[in-house]
Amino acid sequence: MERFRKGKAKELPAVSTASLPDIVFILLFFFMAVVKMRDVTVMVHQSLPQATELTKLEKKTLVSNIYVGVPQNQYIAVFGNEPRIQLNDKFAEVEDIVDFIVVERQARDEAEIPLMTTSLKIDEYTKMKIVQDIKQELRRASALHINYSSRKRLKNL
Amino acid sequence: MRKPPEIPSSSLADIAFLLLIFFLTSASMNTDMGLERRLPPIAPDVENKDTPPIKERNVFIVLVNKDNQILCEGQWIQIGELREKAKEFMENPNDDPNLPEKKLKEVEFFGEIPISEGVISLQNDLGTQYGTYLAVQNELVAAINELRNDLAKTKFGEPLEKLSKEKQDAIRDIYPQRISEAEPKRVGVQ
Repeated sequence: MERFRKGKAKELPAVSTASLPDIVFILLFFFMAVVKMRDVTVMVHQSLPQATELTKLEKKTLVSNIYVGVPQNQYIAVFGNEPRIQLNDKFAEVEDIVDFIVVERQARDEAEIPLMTTSLKIDEYTKMKIVQDIKQELRRASALHINYSSRKRLKNL
Repeated sequence: MRKPPEIPSSSLADIAFLLLIFFLTSASMNTDMGLERRLPPIAPDVENKDTPPIKERNVFIVLVNKDNQILCEGQWIQIGELREKAKEFMENPNDDPNLPEKKLKEVEFFGEIPISEGVISLQNDLGTQYGTYLAVQNELVAAINELRNDLAKTKFGEPLEKLSKEKQDAIRDIYPQRISEAEPKRVGVQ
């Protein structure tokens, strides 16, 4: 082969791809560091309401989530088809919320506790009774900073 | 001695790409957003009886029933009208005697300025749908935010979020977010 090419003009040498794995690894580490894995599987049906006056939840580590909604199909047989509360990976009762907040607080630094936010991820078809009970429990736990999780609404009412 | 052959490393890039794609897809990059509110702290048992009652003209009453209908100051309204109503109430441009009274107060950058005494009172039924409740809250917050933004634009020529913290605080003093939620009624629950 080499012998036949000899007479032709010199070809450009191929660009070395030896450093490609390094580049990809850098990207990989960047994403691994930046991204927080989804740690809770949501077991309730969620269709969040829409709103316009939204604020972003900046510090994800300071947010505790409370999910409310009708249990998803595979859980209906056990937990019924009325809206239920989900804390972490379990279905819970309203009375468990105070304990949940206490545990969440213990996991944080003392200085960060006043900055903690409770994000209420509630299905829009839920009745207010359960929401009211949750709010009352949060007041009892003095977790007063809440955020009604919602999607951005683009069109006007 | 013969040199042992080198292990080919050309597939390393493929493996790394595979990992990269796995992390990209499994990661949740979505940012959480929502309507921010503060709950009132639990009232102490001994109620302070000395606080003067709030005058009727200073309260903007919004009621939501179990069928998600809205009663605002005694009138059935659609949710789309609520924002304008709330703005009119908080602003009271013509000093209407039925709308809230104003008190002169010293505010930085503005000097002495009349500030509305109005309070928005929201009461819902336990059978109200959460979606409606949030929409109503959103309209009330939006009304106050719009008033603040308008004031920021007329006074400083810039939207509220672009102003310095002191100026933002001054505007928040002029249009405070006074939305109080009454204990819900237990009518529409089975």
